[in-house]
Amino acid sequence: MTIPLADLVVILPELIVVGAACLLLALAPITPSTKKDWLAWMSVATLVVCFIVTMNGMGERVYAFSELVVVDGYASFWKLLLYVVSGMIVLLSIGYLKEERIDLAEFYGFVLLSLTGMMIMVSGADLLVVYLGIELMSISLYVMAGFKRFEAKSMESSAKYFILGAFSSGILLYGISLIFGAAGSTRLVEIAAAVNARGLNDSLVLMALMLLIVGFGFKIAAVPFHMWTPDVYQGAPTSVTAFMAVASKAASFGAFLRVMLEGFGGVKPNWTGLILGLCILTLILGNLVAIVQTNVKRMLAYSSIAHAGYALIGVVVAGWIGTEAGASSQGVASMMLYLAIYSFMTLGAFSIVAILRRGGLEGEDLDDFTGLAKRHKVVAFVMLLFMVSLAGIPPTAGFIGKFYLFMAAVNAGLTWLAVVGLIFAAVSAFYYLRVVMVMYMREPTSDQELETRLALSPAATVVLACAVAGVVILGLYPGPLVSFTSSAALP
Amino acid sequence: MTVPVEYYLVLSGLVFLIGLVGVLVRKNLIVILLSIELMLNATNINFVAFSAHLGSSAGQVFVFFALTVAAAEVAVGLAIIIALYRHHSSINVDEFHLLKW
Repeated sequence: MTIPLADLVVILPELIVVGAACLLLALAPITPSTKKDWLAWMSVATLVVCFIVTMNGMGERVYAFSELVVVDGYASFWKLLLYVVSGMIVLLSIGYLKEERIDLAEFYGFVLLSLTGMMIMVSGADLLVVYLGIELMSISLYVMAGFKRFEAKSMESSAKYFILGAFSSGILLYGISLIFGAAGSTRLVEIAAAVNARGLNDSLVLMALMLLIVGFGFKIAAVPFHMWTPDVYQGAPTSVTAFMAVASKAASFGAFLRVMLEGFGGVKPNWTGLILGLCILTLILGNLVAIVQTNVKRMLAYSSIAHAGYALIGVVVAGWIGTEAGASSQGVASMMLYLAIYSFMTLGAFSIVAILRRGGLEGEDLDDFTGLAKRHKVVAFVMLLFMVSLAGIPPTAGFIGKFYLFMAAVNAGLTWLAVVGLIFAAVSAFYYLRVVMVMYMREPTSDQELETRLALSPAATVVLACAVAGVVILGLYPGPLVSFTSSAALP
Repeated sequence: MTVPVEYYLVLSGLVFLIGLVGVLVRKNLIVILLSIELMLNATNINFVAFSAHLGSSAGQVFVFFALTVAAAEVAVGLAIIIALYRHHSSINVDEFHLLKW
């Protein structure tokens, strides 16, 4: 049996990334410690090449490997976003890993392996392929979360992530096995046909749908499947936390929405109610619990839960029936736009946490931000920008993201949901602006020993510049991204 | 005479539930890992039963994938548990208190 060349061309970006990951893992032990940076630059170069390949391959929907893999505008959008995010994570890690004394070049290999899993997830047209992608992403992330192996906190975080991650994958796979029994296949097109023919009266389909939603709920950290998020995000090394909060969430949303719309599109009214419940619970709990946090990393973890709630509004709109045509696709597009903007601002905020140091430790407590504006004006201002954007205040990108999301909800006849979202956006301003208040309105400590210093490597500066550019440019001039997302959205 | 597919579904449902409850109530990390394996094996029973019922060999191929992934997961999981044991001298989840569970 031979594999057709045309199929391999379709998955060329995945092949390049996985090849580079293997090469990095092989080169890591034989590279002298002074040359480790080269491996990081090599992975950035790989991502640039993949970005170009994916950009050139954009266009009509193409299936490969007898409809196991699909490449369309939707998949390409997520892949482009994931390349940018992974590149920024690699650049941030160069300085951060040295500072934390975990300067192992294997790290970059794991970033690329995890990225491969995410790319497979978003272009999987078969539930089993989606599952394999999720596992490849998750297993690499378990290892990355425990990268500070001499620190108990990091290992605990890794163990918790592993247990709950494996648990949720088990639930997801059980759902897949049931839908295989109902449809006789795990291809999304054949599942759609079976779901249309049988409806939800078939208990196999109903059970499978519930289990899939629970499994994906864990991956996107929607309440009530969020309990691992704060612990794992707090304990893991900060650059890994940023990767989990941004890339893994974006990829999970991408795969989730494709499975729901293309596999279970026939029973939209039945799952939108469920997702709506998850969405509201997530908004309430994420925003309210974030208020009482004193650790900035943990606060950002709850904030990322809350933002998953906003993105779920887009999923609800995408599945909402009984409104004018085009509203569904608008929901998909607004969710894509929101997650792209969320990536820049959250990545930026985590980068600031990663470069703040106090007494040899990371500056992750709220106290470490005290009076930052007096000592480090530029960094404090950049943090202010990210916080304002996360709160959704114009003219930053966060406002644009929420605006399109709420517009989509209103157009679909869900005005009350937009109002709920708006109320919680106002609540969230409290805890984001508290960080700003601590930075600008308190005096820094006079003790030299306890003073917060910056570990700002040139590469980390590039990351911050990219994040700032994303937040400002997308806030002032969102047109190109908006039209890109609406052309790439699933119908 | 063949066993109807419903019997297999009941069996796999029971195995899955035992695994699910095990993850939620047991405190030892190794036992939790074993419970997760039970959940994955319940899935394999389903795949094989449906494969025989539908007369398609696809289900049996899925079992190979599921087994391989489970093996990779266990390899990483046991490594994490060993690293954790070096810090706490215990693998009881109640002993992990640095992060609020």
